[in-house]
Amino acid sequence: MRARAVTVFSYAVLILGVVPMVFPFVWMVLTSLKPFREIFSLSLVPSEPTLANYVLLFSRTMFPRWFFNSLLVGGITVASVLVFDSLVGYTLAKLPFPGKRIVFVLILSTLFVPTEMLVLPWYQMSAQYGWLDTYWGILFPGLMTAFGVFLMRQAFSTLPDELLDAGRIDGLSEFGLFWRVALPLVKPSLSALAILTFIGNWNAYLWPLIVTESQAMYTLPVGISLFSGEVGAQWNLITAASTVAVVPMLIVFIIFQRQILEGVVRAGLK
Amino acid sequence: MVRLTLSARKALWAYIFLALPLLFFIGIRIIPTLQAFQMSLYDWHVQPEARTFVGLGNYERMLADQRLHQAFRNTLWYGLLGVPAQLILGLAFALLLHSIRRFRGFFRAVFFAPYVAPAVAVSWVWSLLLSPHLGIVNQVLHWLGLPPQPFLTSPQQALPTVTAVVVWQFVGFHILLFLAGLESIPRLYYEAAQIDGASRWVTFRYITLPLLNPTIVVSLVMATAAPSIGMLQLFTHVMNLKFNDPGGPLGSTLTVVLYTYQRAFQAYDMGYAAAIVVVLFVILLIISLIQIRLTSREVEY
Repeated sequence: MRARAVTVFSYAVLILGVVPMVFPFVWMVLTSLKPFREIFSLSLVPSEPTLANYVLLFSRTMFPRWFFNSLLVGGITVASVLVFDSLVGYTLAKLPFPGKRIVFVLILSTLFVPTEMLVLPWYQMSAQYGWLDTYWGILFPGLMTAFGVFLMRQAFSTLPDELLDAGRIDGLSEFGLFWRVALPLVKPSLSALAILTFIGNWNAYLWPLIVTESQAMYTLPVGISLFSGEVGAQWNLITAASTVAVVPMLIVFIIFQRQILEGVVRAGLK
Repeated sequence: MVRLTLSARKALWAYIFLALPLLFFIGIRIIPTLQAFQMSLYDWHVQPEARTFVGLGNYERMLADQRLHQAFRNTLWYGLLGVPAQLILGLAFALLLHSIRRFRGFFRAVFFAPYVAPAVAVSWVWSLLLSPHLGIVNQVLHWLGLPPQPFLTSPQQALPTVTAVVVWQFVGFHILLFLAGLESIPRLYYEAAQIDGASRWVTFRYITLPLLNPTIVVSLVMATAAPSIGMLQLFTHVMNLKFNDPGGPLGSTLTVVLYTYQRAFQAYDMGYAAAIVVVLFVILLIISLIQIRLTSREVEY
């Protein structure tokens, strides 16, 4: 009887907790479908739902460009992180070489340096080499991550050495071993890393805000920040803009839920 | 041709694989870290000719900068309010999730969802929800018979309101960690406690909490100082959650990172900004080390 009461209590509190988690998203989407004259009306559901806000956003502002910029920067970053972080992770996990500890500590130490400290020298570098306001400028700091190196090192260290030795006997090169034997065996970690990296990039704000100057180079968060400040009272436009940034991530999250949650846990608790 | 032994060949390949990544980590992470220290000793300008060495001058300036002191005080408050809130709520909801069998995955996903949304978009949506006159939060308060609140427009309420939004966005991350921690505790311990007739509180206090210790350490350090989710490094939310100026009203929400940004990229006072982040970096490092030291205890059963 008592256990039953506890279960009922748990569900009640959880359902109560879900409301404030979900409501802002529901409100955002519904408000984005309202025509301007309805935006301050109390009813949650638009009486005449319209896509006019989205049409305006995509035809009269630079939104399509910002969306494209975010996709491009995210895509290149993910590709680079996957290749290099796993290559370094593999080397640290599976190849003995003099100086390994130093390399390990060197990369580990970078984990503790906050981004807000690095942006100052990065800006100096970018100004010096003409990287300001370019795609390269936006993405160069994220091409490899210490976090990903450790995630992949962890994954590779679970592979048996015999497997790699068998590959060596079969005459595979060291790169071939990494690429064709080891890499396919850590696919779950790779997909977790890919998705987490993409989310991180899609949401990144501080550095893109600093390094971009022209509107054509803005990423989505930088664009939304500026755009929302400009349209101020037009809640329908702000919510439409936010929906464009949020909903793709929610869809990615729903599809890859298992990989994302497992990846976060593995990275956090290892 | 020289024939290499297997171990020499492996080492050679290791260096080849590491060449480009090492260049990256040294060039884009290590050297810039050192350069930030260097910049903090200069009246720094992008052009080398315009720079002057000022020694510890920038650090001395910090002593008299009232706005910086306000930023540090605020940042401390964000930590004091936000870190316990995230840990307590995270653990509480993880315990609830752990006590149910059906829909556990569903609830877990719903609580985590805000984490994947861009902080900029989240902040704007909450700005509208919290709008004093037209926002839905005040309407809900009205239905409940409570007086409307000024939220972000009041110097007293703005900082707790920002904290609440940040906790809303990241609490799912802590729930997820705690739930994984709870699930890793062997059932055996609970069964033994039950046989001994231990109460729920005793079980929680003497089995769950000690065995959850590693998770608590991770959660604590992350909530305090992790990039983008740490309470002492707030920027995006404070920049975008607003109806007036960033850091307002009256500087009541200003954080150290936001102030650094304003000094470096709006006033182009980069040497001073560098000195501030160096101090912040040292503080974060010390706090993290203290937290790890104080909370990590090896538990043997």
